[in-house]
Amino acid sequence: MTQHGPITRHREEVLALAGVSVWLGGREVLHDVEFSVAAGEFAGLIGSNGAGKTTLLRVILGLQERSSGEVRIAGRDRTGHSRLIGYVPQKVQFDPDVPLRARDVVALGFDGHRFGMPMPSRRRRETVDQFLKAVDAARFADARVGTLSGGEQQRILIAHALAGNPRLLLLDEPLANLDIRSAQEISTLLARLAREHHVAVLISAHDMNPLLPYMDRIVYIAEGRVASGSTQEVVRQDVLSALYGHHVDVLRVHGRIIVIAESVADVLSSDREGVVTHLREGIGS
Amino acid sequence: MSVLGGVIAPGFFSNPIVQTALVVGGVVAVVSGLVGVFTVIRGQSFTTEAISDVGATGGSGAYLVGVSALAGFVAAAVVSAGVIEMIGLRRPRGRDIATGIVLGAALGFAALFLYFDTTHTSTTGASITILFGSIFVISSSVVPTIVGLSALVLAIVVVFYRRLLLTALDSDLAAARGVSARWVGLGYLLALSLSVALSAITIGAVLGVALVVGPAATALHLTKRPGFAFALSGLIGLVAVWVGILLAYDSYYWPPVGRGWPVSFLVVALIFSFYVSVHVATQHAFKKKRHIETDDGESGPVCH
Amino acid sequence: MNTWIVATVVAVVAGATGFFAVMRGAAFASHALPQGAFAGAAGAALIGASTLLGFGVFAGAGALLIAWLGRRGRHDVVTALAFVLMLGLGALFLSMSTEYAPEIYSLLFGEILGISRSQILPTLLLALVSLGAIAVVYRPLLFSSVLPEIGEARGIRPYRMEIAFLLIIAITTTTTVPVVGALLMFSLMIAPAAAARSFTPSPWRALSLSVAIAVVTIWMAIVASYESNWPIGFFVGVFGAGSFVIARTWAAWQRRQVTKTQEVVVAGAG
Repeated sequence: MTQHGPITRHREEVLALAGVSVWLGGREVLHDVEFSVAAGEFAGLIGSNGAGKTTLLRVILGLQERSSGEVRIAGRDRTGHSRLIGYVPQKVQFDPDVPLRARDVVALGFDGHRFGMPMPSRRRRETVDQFLKAVDAARFADARVGTLSGGEQQRILIAHALAGNPRLLLLDEPLANLDIRSAQEISTLLARLAREHHVAVLISAHDMNPLLPYMDRIVYIAEGRVASGSTQEVVRQDVLSALYGHHVDVLRVHGRIIVIAESVADVLSSDREGVVTHLREGIGS
Repeated sequence: MSVLGGVIAPGFFSNPIVQTALVVGGVVAVVSGLVGVFTVIRGQSFTTEAISDVGATGGSGAYLVGVSALAGFVAAAVVSAGVIEMIGLRRPRGRDIATGIVLGAALGFAALFLYFDTTHTSTTGASITILFGSIFVISSSVVPTIVGLSALVLAIVVVFYRRLLLTALDSDLAAARGVSARWVGLGYLLALSLSVALSAITIGAVLGVALVVGPAATALHLTKRPGFAFALSGLIGLVAVWVGILLAYDSYYWPPVGRGWPVSFLVVALIFSFYVSVHVATQHAFKKKRHIETDDGESGPVCH
Repeated sequence: MNTWIVATVVAVVAGATGFFAVMRGAAFASHALPQGAFAGAAGAALIGASTLLGFGVFAGAGALLIAWLGRRGRHDVVTALAFVLMLGLGALFLSMSTEYAPEIYSLLFGEILGISRSQILPTLLLALVSLGAIAVVYRPLLFSSVLPEIGEARGIRPYRMEIAFLLIIAITTTTTVPVVGALLMFSLMIAPAAAARSFTPSPWRALSLSVAIAVVTIWMAIVASYESNWPIGFFVGVFGAGSFVIARTWAAWQRRQVTKTQEVVVAGAG
């Protein structure tokens, strides 16, 4: 069961999935997934761990076989890897001793997939500088990448992904290990990049709240099923209950959205204590 | 009885050298198999190799100055194990590189000692024996020492069992639970060094790693339950060593006749075959179940 | 004269290969493959074939074996077992032959002072193959070594890169072992590269520096070995470790300088 957002007329779909199902280890991990992301759109793939987010991302990247359905990137059906996707995976750790500067990582995004050795050229250097500036990383361009902070490394990886001139930026839980300020900075950056570079941005997260101010579209995933549209359209009791297959509560408390699907353990919020307090206040004890 | 007679060459069980070999080999195999399980879980095969080689250096050095080679071996092994543990508890890659460098320096000294050995004495066999070892060369006077050391390793494993397992699987969790990491670490070091030394006596320093790591890895391929893994590991090691001894004895009749194949090679070959067959068998079973992934993206067995 | 040419060539190849070996944390494979190749040489000696050929075949086979077995599961155990088996085979071949100590000794520890004219050409050719291979896969290998997941999404298959890398080590092994010996070749590979990365964060400069340090190390080792008659392998091992220690100390000192500057800034601002 899926739902679409209203179809905007001049929408240039960069990523479109239709009827995608995936069977793994004897069970259906993704069922009839259908959604699309347009150029310039910032979409959030929201779901708790185990809902199928990573599998879905891997399907889009061509790293996971799908049992049925279509994945269209920039209009063409794709199975294998696509040069049009810039990917930032979840846990990239740089050894602090690795002899790579930030600019070298970005350069790899530019031409690292080609054989041979890089020929130093002005064009290459200027391109790299340009992408570094785009993510506001110029000031540590020559620093050893392993010594940079989590947020700084994240920027470099985004620049790396951008350097390949993608149509779609795919990020797997980019905010997971960042402090609140860095998370906000990255979110702002991504929203800006989506608009300025006219790329589609899809990021996965288990908590939708930090992304609420930035998302143009939410792709909510639960139990392998997906509902896509604006936050108002999707994050509602009737829609989500249909998705989960049982009754679900959606609370809007102090500007935060909390989805209570099963037990307290399933609560989609990173702030568990806060939830309990909110619940008490909400119930009015 | 005639089939058994065909497999086992005459005089096998009554031969005193063989008897010593069976006892020593059996004890060492079981003990090494136990320690090896921890080692494999911790991903420290290279460290084991390094300790073994450094130990060999120590043994050569000790031999040169007339001290017991075994004592030199154990001392060098324990010290190097300590240094390696101190160098890197966290970053496995950094630790491996540092281990490699230490190993390189130690082997350099080994080269030096062996050079002195060959130029100053006329026995070239000694160096080869230390490196490649032969269980048939063990005199019965050393047996009590070997059994004693094995018992010590066994004691360490039994006493620290829970804590060793926890530290190996998740050092952060272990620290949080207040497991005294330092004592456990030292105990493990000692157990590992001794196991390496014992294995080196059995099949030589260069091949000793196989006895520590091989059966354990094979066992872990077959089962995830720790208790079971230990038992299997010891058993596989035991079988490999005993069958190896048997085959080496029999090989006297194989080509080239009258020489016999080195027992060290046979034991290692057996360990390797066990590992590969289990590896292939489990891979096959795996492929049938398809590529199993949990939804946070981690694939099946733990990759180093 | 021959010695210097061959030694320099060998050091260049070792340094360049070492750059990637350290990047991938493949210290073990670098140690294991040469030792396994030694079995090939022993076997070749047994049947009277060229030891170089024996090296090459076993090194190549070992590389593929490690790659195949390591495809799913613990890399390090596989490496350990594979090469220990090969060493065991070496022991087997040795026991069957009547040639013993001198041959073994030079295979294990190198015999640089006895390099003959006829060895220059094969060494040079192998070195060119090795360096050529490194030049060709430089970018994708670097990519896959540092960012394997992203590389895979871009179409760089990690398995292929692993095979390419191990084969390069195999070729480097075949080139280097006759000179420095099986046990210490990896020291010439790993130590300079590990030291180099502490001195510079740029990959290209780290590669070049790695080569430079390897060349200097072996030159010093030749001189020392010539003077003292001690085995060259000893000096390679010790000088290699020395350069590593110097590099790490320097890096630590640098970090302290940076922290001190930061403290001054903070103090000044506060």
